[in-house]
Amino acid sequence: MKTFTYERASIPAEATAAAARTPGAKFLAGGTNLLDLMKLEIEAPQHIIDIGKIGLNKIESTPAGGLHIGALVTNTDLAAHPIVRRDYGLLARALLAGASGQLRNKATTAGNLLQRTRCPYFYDTNQLCNKRVPGSGCAAIAGFSRQLGIIGTSTSCIATYPGDMAVAMRALDATVETVKANGAKRTLSLDQLYRLPGQTPHLETTLEKNELITSIVLPPPVGGVHIYHKVRDRSSYAFALVSVGAILKKDGTGRVAVGGIAPRPWRIESAEPLLPSGAKAFTAQLLKGARPTKENEFKLALVERTLTAVLNEAKH
Amino acid sequence: MKFETPAGINPIDQLRVIGKPTDRIEGPLKTTGTAKYAYEHNDEVSNPAYGYVVGAAIAKGRIKTIDQTKAKVAPGVLAIVTAASVGALQQGKFYVDRLLAGPEIDHYHQAVAVVVAETFEQARAAASLLKISYTKTKGVYDLAAAKDSAPISRQGQSGPLRQTNVGDFDGAFASAPVKLDETYTTPDQTHAMMEPHATIAHWDGDMLTCWCCIQQLNWGARDVATILGIPQENIRLIATFIGGGFGGKGTALSDIIAASLAAQAAGRPVKLALPRPLMMNNTIHRPATIQRIRIGATPDGTITAIGHESWSGNLPGGGVESATASTRLLYAGANRFTQLRLAVLDLAEGSAMRAPGEATGMMALEIAMDELAEKLNIDPVALRIKNDTQEDPEKPGRKFSSRKLVECLQTGAGQFGWNKRQAKPGTVREGQWLIGMGVASAIRGAPIMKSAARVRLNREGIVTVETDMTDIGTGSYTIIEQTAAEMMGVTMDKVVVKLGDSSFPTSPGSAGQWGAASATSGVYAACVKLRDAVANSLGVRVEEAEFVGGQVRGGNRSYPLGDAAKATELVAQDEMTYGTLSREYAQDAFGAHFVEVGVNSYTGEIRVRRMLAVCHAGRILNPKAARSQIIGAMTMGVGAALMEELVVDKQVGFFVNHDLAGYEVPVHADIPHQEVVLLEDLDPTMSPMKAKGIGELGIVGVAAAVANAVYNATGIRVREYPITLDKLIDKLSINA
Ligand SMILES: Cc1cc2nc3c(=O)[nH]c(=O)nc-3n(C[C@H](O)[C@H](O)[C@H](O)COP(=O)(O)OP(=O)(O)OC[C@H]3O[C@@H](n4cnc5c(N)ncnc54)[C@H](O)[C@@H]3O)c2cc1C
Ligand code: SF4
Repeated sequence: MKTFTYERASIPAEATAAAARTPGAKFLAGGTNLLDLMKLEIEAPQHIIDIGKIGLNKIESTPAGGLHIGALVTNTDLAAHPIVRRDYGLLARALLAGASGQLRNKATTAGNLLQRTRCPYFYDTNQLCNKRVPGSGCAAIAGFSRQLGIIGTSTSCIATYPGDMAVAMRALDATVETVKANGAKRTLSLDQLYRLPGQTPHLETTLEKNELITSIVLPPPVGGVHIYHKVRDRSSYAFALVSVGAILKKDGTGRVAVGGIAPRPWRIESAEPLLPSGAKAFTAQLLKGARPTKENEFKLALVERTLTAVLNEAKH
Repeated sequence: MKFETPAGINPIDQLRVIGKPTDRIEGPLKTTGTAKYAYEHNDEVSNPAYGYVVGAAIAKGRIKTIDQTKAKVAPGVLAIVTAASVGALQQGKFYVDRLLAGPEIDHYHQAVAVVVAETFEQARAAASLLKISYTKTKGVYDLAAAKDSAPISRQGQSGPLRQTNVGDFDGAFASAPVKLDETYTTPDQTHAMMEPHATIAHWDGDMLTCWCCIQQLNWGARDVATILGIPQENIRLIATFIGGGFGGKGTALSDIIAASLAAQAAGRPVKLALPRPLMMNNTIHRPATIQRIRIGATPDGTITAIGHESWSGNLPGGGVESATASTRLLYAGANRFTQLRLAVLDLAEGSAMRAPGEATGMMALEIAMDELAEKLNIDPVALRIKNDTQEDPEKPGRKFSSRKLVECLQTGAGQFGWNKRQAKPGTVREGQWLIGMGVASAIRGAPIMKSAARVRLNREGIVTVETDMTDIGTGSYTIIEQTAAEMMGVTMDKVVVKLGDSSFPTSPGSAGQWGAASATSGVYAACVKLRDAVANSLGVRVEEAEFVGGQVRGGNRSYPLGDAAKATELVAQDEMTYGTLSREYAQDAFGAHFVEVGVNSYTGEIRVRRMLAVCHAGRILNPKAARSQIIGAMTMGVGAALMEELVVDKQVGFFVNHDLAGYEVPVHADIPHQEVVLLEDLDPTMSPMKAKGIGELGIVGVAAAVANAVYNATGIRVREYPITLDKLIDKLSINA
């Protein structure tokens, strides 16, 4: 690990100001992703701004009837919140399908959104990786790609966004609120937050260096059956091969986001009218233009099959 | 003491302490975090420096230069060790891997440098400042591609027979009315034990002390001596507790060599642990195999021909994975053929992992038996029973010392509800799930090795046992304490057990599932001597002396045991050695595994629902510890069946998923329900303890039982482990 300097911010403005002031600075929330990456020297920030004590840890109803979630609310607290459990079951289920109890106690909402890929070549600094070292090449495309992406990927990078919570957030139309050092605030949809890799896979989000996520806002609850189906090689404590987050009504309409297949939670709103006609038609549209490798083309069938299971479950 | 004829009645048969399901005596130390592992001996070593091992960034080639300019002056750096700085190292007797590479690189992550600094973080930071440039050469990483040119493996000193022929296999197979000829593959696997390879090395003049985690300390001391070129008497290895090994820490690996060299270079004790992501490519692993099995049978299920060929790869000079070992002994059949072929691969060294050869080979053989049963339309349990043999099928007349495979299968079938299994696959459904049952036999050699111990008695009647046996989480401390308590007629709280120190009398250590049976027999021998000394000291005739309840009785008198040591501590040391019984008898442990799985008909996810193992392994010294060994091994078998695979990148030449996020092993949620039945068994041909090993038996056959259950559930036969959902889904019909 490279030597770094450390400061603890006490309010959001202090954190953003420090980020603007110091080159190579990074926010530290729960640290469950950033610290691991630093130990492996995949990330080497020169300055750490600990945002653990800046507040932003409340969950509040919005006047519009939605939910306002502070960026530093832990995954455990969010999953256990009565309103989340009652009205946003999909979110609670997705959270509980991720990581482990200990990790969820530390992991924060914003940190979870910004967790980085689990591509094994990204994790080994001896291997070629465009995401880690821009322009160096990608060892994964011709290598072990079973876990990696099938859509939204590029010739530079086929890594996935690995998380679960964001899949639910995407299906729920969550928006992300941010603030910059100059006080400017933005509201982003998740598709606006996450970039696709193109030829610049090292740029994963549209956030600026000094931009802090302050909260995530959920619109008023959507009725229907909330299902999160995560498929993996073992029963727990593993990232998804494929996960399906769905909210479905009895008449078969609804919304679906898919995890484990793309550089961001994958949702195509324009395909959703096809949901009542079944998984096959919908998946064909959702995965149009997919470019799997030989090792991960099974994910095409797996998405359709998992969705079939989910649609069935919603009917019963 | 030499054990030459089958054991008669002896003090162990009293079963006052032996055979009881005693809790592990070191359990409280472990649950309170006070058991000290190699890296944690902070009180014994003051002022240690920290070592960090740098692994090769390429799979094969040469180091051109190592530019140390920046690393040398990095904060805290004390020394940098490379092959160039220490000169050529010798090779130990067991592993062939060079533990410090340079200039040649033989495999990915082979150690190329050790950086020593004041703190761990400084050492790690400086390590990344080393600028190493390499010349890459082409390597061979693909076993399937290398297979056809792989020669029959060379015959090692103690290694497996590379080829066996009994009768006329080719003729009998060709003319068999029912034939099976299939090829199976098993992947490279890693031990994934909790404690990484770690050492604290401390030089005092020429004397080297290492706190380490080596499973066989006598091998460790021997190999460290050879590799470093110092006398073995100058080395003391201490491994009080070992955080799991599974064969992955047999003897000296890069941690102990790196730490010793680093401590020498820095002039300070050095602490060093291999980082988890380095372990898989730097150390050893269970090698992948390709196995072809041919079985010929008559329609009534009698096997007439059985052939098993296995291909594996290794570094030049490395050993072969003896996957055919079980096939040579498990089933009858007059015409037999086995062959082991070995390719040279430029991957990390292949070596022992829990039931080496046997676990690997039985992953294939026991699927083959399931396939044969289906062809014959015979129940898989019945087919196995039909082909049972009570003598070594390669050496008629050589009996198994005890073999209750049939009882294991029958007991298991009854208890598991095997009669509810539907022979036709894919017919049992519960909602989204397809349900199936599978069975496999288990066999594991029960080697026994000479083993020494020292026992001391003091005037308080406390018995202290010393042997260099290790406890890798298996319960060695406990069963040794039980043995000494039984022999000396005291309760366990009157016995102190000291293990894991190479200055103690030599045991064979923890390996080959020989540890329990061998080490307790060594303690038995020493205790027999101590009993003599006690009797003499008390003036009681040895033949009359009874050791009961902390008293010694004889000649109508009774003395507290400690009275024998009133004047001076009594010390007895002995070694149990063995005659020819292991040649006269085939000594093996047996079992049967039953597994029920559910396969999700939509997603192909496989979930084990329940498991049962029925085993016999001679006298069970401690049923609780034995059960723990079996359920741990069953769990590892589930890993082998469903998820464990070191994935080879055949272009770069390395195991890609080299951490515990990428290399998945079962978690609690994968293992819902396990049962273990231990059949009553005493094997007097083994030793006075009449016990066999059990630690490795439990994994053998498990993966095949899971595979067979998956087949029974779905009708899809997967012959390439691990059985993951992508190998099922295109053939799986959704059960809506
Ligand atoms: C063993 C293991 C298993 C896991 N399994 C799963 C799983 O199955 N499913 C899953 O979804 N996840 C899984 N995770 C990932 C886990 O969910 C993330 O590590 C966690 O959510 C990150 O949150 P954190 O608060 O610790 O983030 P940190 O590590 O603190 O930060 C992550 C990133 O976000 C940035 N950041 C944090 N907060 C802000 C903010 N407010 N504004 C701007 N930037 C910010 C940081 O600078 C950093 O770049 C696993 C992790 C581990 C270690
Ligand atoms: S897929 Fe992306 S993250 Fe993985 S090696 Fe290629 S560039 Fe790096």
